Parts: sequence; structure tokens; C-alpha cells
Amino acid sequence: MKRVYVNEKWCLGCHLCEYNCAFANSGDTDMVRALKGKKIVPNIVVEEAGDINFAVSCRHCKDPICVKSCISGALSIEDGAVKIDKEKCVGCLTCVLVCPYGCIREGENGAATKCELCLENSCGEPACVKGCPNRAIVYEDRG
Amino acid sequence: MKNYVIIGNGAAAVGAIEGIRSADRDSRITVISREACHVYARPLISYLLEGKTDLKRMLYRPEDFYEKNRAEVLYGKSAVKIDPEKRTVTLDSGEEIGYDALLCAAGSTPFVPPFEGLDGVKNVHPFMTLSDAQALEKDLAPDKKVFIIGAGLIGLKCAEGILERVGSVTVCDLAPRVLSSILDEECAALMEERLKEHGVKFLLGDTVERFEGQKAIMKSGKTVDFDILVTAVGVRPNISLVKDAGGECGRGISVDEKMRTTLPGVFAAGDCAESFDITSQTKKVMAIMPLAYMQGHCAGVNMAGGGETLDSCMPFNSIGFFGLHCMSAGSYEGECYEEKGEGTIKRLYVKDGRLIGFMLIGRNERAGIYTALIRNRTPLSEIDFETLKKTPGLAPMGKNYRTEKLGGAV
Repeated sequence: MKRVYVNEKWCLGCHLCEYNCAFANSGDTDMVRALKGKKIVPNIVVEEAGDINFAVSCRHCKDPICVKSCISGALSIEDGAVKIDKEKCVGCLTCVLVCPYGCIREGENGAATKCELCLENSCGEPACVKGCPNRAIVYEDRG
Repeated sequence: MKNYVIIGNGAAAVGAIEGIRSADRDSRITVISREACHVYARPLISYLLEGKTDLKRMLYRPEDFYEKNRAEVLYGKSAVKIDPEKRTVTLDSGEEIGYDALLCAAGSTPFVPPFEGLDGVKNVHPFMTLSDAQALEKDLAPDKKVFIIGAGLIGLKCAEGILERVGSVTVCDLAPRVLSSILDEECAALMEERLKEHGVKFLLGDTVERFEGQKAIMKSGKTVDFDILVTAVGVRPNISLVKDAGGECGRGISVDEKMRTTLPGVFAAGDCAESFDITSQTKKVMAIMPLAYMQGHCAGVNMAGGGETLDSCMPFNSIGFFGLHCMSAGSYEGECYEEKGEGTIKRLYVKDGRLIGFMLIGRNERAGIYTALIRNRTPLSEIDFETLKKTPGLAPMGKNYRTEKLGGAV
């Protein structure tokens, strides 16, 4: 299955992926209107540590502990991708407490938020990958 | 073809059905469900009363779940006896069902202390099941005064769920603080403060001496007038089926890392079972929903002849009240690293070179990275814990970790 991977040697730490992610999931067609003056909660986060940078997003684990731990049944696996039903989620954040990669966050409307590979929005392919200026983030099948 | 029987229809049962079906597509699965309804997310009953979910959205699995997994559910029936020799379960209807492998996922029952005068109190409600919530909802009205006994997760979630729909909510607990089973004094004080800001009243370190009709006389001498009483003191694991059949039990049904009881072919999972907590190194009942699912899944795989082990159990909880979240995991022993901010606390506990527990108030960002350190028993000497303890991240986990976990499918 295709997943999002980052080559940390190439990641500039520019944070563009975070903005592209937030925009793609905003439902808005205008980036400025979608993001300006707002606190964004992207599903991909850039870590900076000394001379390395890398973006991290949901690993779409084969045996995801977040899905097993979800108390509302809002998280599920669909064709290998870990999906969240924000209508079902009550925002208990048990998924945040168990994700070993720190890739689920508290979203804006009380529900948890996570990467769904842009399969659920109009982007069609992961916006973080599409907009990465150094092609550090890729969408590949590595098993 | 085998006959799998599951007693109970909660998260552990769902885990077992999914676990069995991952290993055996064909054999028969029979679920004995005391509640006459599709499996729902039990902790969501407070959100139901708060209007944050509804009956449809709170289903734990989709409506076609049993059909898709070809599990037959016997609704409204209870198991009354297990015969481990004959390998049968007797139902309250007298019917006997044979099994090759049996899972006892019977959950727990609310415990109500024998308060003097309780018999004479009207509008008394436990708060465990959907029908409890629906019965309580019928009594709710804007002028009603509600008294909740128990400031644990159940009592406080109930308080939050109904607060806007009643005149007042008062919560008492024998413990001197709220959420005493998962938080220390200072962390609990922050949660208590948030609940108080929203209007919940507390009588802590105090308990009911006796009831005189709709009035509680407390040990302290204070009195509480109320219209509705919610009992949320605690629960007791339903162990009698296995215990009466000769299976080893402590407070809960004793299971090993494959969820086997001491009875051949009989497994147990969820709130009725007691298993090994890796952080305290003791056997205990850890009545939390994620573990119920995981234990059920492990049991299911093993019932179907697979080889799953679950050897990383520990208590953990994430819960919010009026927007303030508290997260906790493991045991609070050893050396403590602490950070305090305005209305926030982080406490990490390190023992023998490993993280074994934490409490986080208002600091939920990437908390799972800490949980994983506990679960994986990661030696802190192998990572940059000095950085990690301040900010949870994957950079301090080291290059090898990142190459393995972020560079390929996991």
C-alpha cells in the first residue's frame, strides 16, 4: 500500500507541508481565506533537531493501536488506511495517548484529527507530497 | 468447524469476534448478550446525555457488524453456568450451548454500598449502561437537583453530561480528591477546579452516613437535598461464572498472556479479567475499554488456534472535562520529572532506567510517544531522554529508530 515517507536528508524544515495539509483539509478553495490568522492543526508535523528536519504523519500501521484503542468506534481501517469518522469521535483523545508516533492530534472541533492520505478531501493525492519543494516527502509503496 | 461462544457483548466481545475471524472464517460464533441491543460505545453514554452523540453514532461497530462476521447474537439472554467438563454454557432460559472454546467477557456490575435509608430514596440511578442513561434522562429537568456518589471517571462524566440539563449537580467522594484512582492530589485539583468553574459542586473526603428520603446526611454532618441520586461508587468484576466452575480468580478472573483462564478451553477478557500490569509488576483488574478490546482480540485469535500474546498491559486513561484534558498511564513510582505551567502539569516517572508512568494535565500533544516508551520498556539510556522529557518527539529516539519506523511500512 502507498504511504507517505520523508527523506530527512532532503527535508528543509520549511513547514510548507503543514500549510498544504491544513489547506487541503480545510474544505476551502482559497488558501489565504482558509489559513490566514487561524491557528492551524495540520496532520503532518515537522520536527527540527539540530541539523536534521523531518516531517511526520500517520504511518497507517498494519496493526494500528489507535484503532484498537478507540472507545467510540470512530477509527477504522479502510483498504489499509486508518480513517477517522469525526461525527462519531467524541474527542476523548485516547488515540493521542496511544499513538507511538505522536501523529494524532486534537482537532479544532473537539474531535481528533489525523492524516487520511488526502483520500477524504478534494486534493486527491497527499497535499504534503504534492507541495514539497524539495521532493523530500514522497508517496510510495514500500510494503 | 468449531463452536465459539462469547459471554458478553461489549468491547472485549467485539475484539474476540474480530480476532477469531482473522484466523477462522468459517466456524460458528455465538454471542450471549444480556443487553438487548447492538454493541455500543459504553463510555459514550454521558456524551449521549450531553447531546454530543446519538444512538446511531455511538454504535461501537457498524450495524452490519455481526452479519459481516457471521456471529449469531442471543439478545436479552444471560449465561448462568459454565460446565467445563461437558463444555457447555447454560442460559437463564435453561438452554444449553456447547463450545469448543469459550470467552467470558462478562464485564462488571456497579457496586452500591448498603447506605442506611437507601431503600426509601426515589429516582436512584446507576450509570453504566445505555438503559441506565436513558432511565436517568427521563428524570432530568431544569429544576432538578442531582447528587452523584463517586468522583471517579463515571461519576464525573455523568456530571458533565447532565450539568446543562438540570438545576444543580453535587458530587461526593470518600477520597479527598477527584479521579483518585488515576491522579495525584495536585493534578486532581486542576480537574476539580475546571469542573467547579462550570458549576459542579463537590463534597470530597466525605460520604453518606444515611439517607432520609431525598436528603443525604453526610459523615461531616452536612446535608444534601436532591431529587435524583446517581450511584457511581465503583464496579465489581463479574467473575462468578468462571469461579463457580472452578477457575482461578482474584478480584478478577485470572488470565495469562494468552488470555487463558485455568479452565481448559475457557478464556476471559475485559473488565471481568485480571492480568499482569507491566508497570507495577502485579496482577490487577484494568477496567479500561482499549484493553478490553485488545484482550478480547488476543483471546479470539487464541481460541481459533492462533498464537497471539498480550504482554504489555498497563492502565492508561485519556479523558477531558469541559475542555481540560487529563492523560495518565502506568504507575507513579521512582524518580519524578515535573513541569508546571498555568493550569498544566506534566509528571513523568522513571524507575530502573525506564519510564513507567505519567500524568499530563492540559498537555496532550504527542503523549503517545511517552506511552510507547512504557509499553516497549525502552531503556532510556538508548535514547535522548533529556530532550524527550521536555518535548515528546521522534528525533530523540535516534536515527536507527527513525529509519526503521518512518522509512518503511510498520
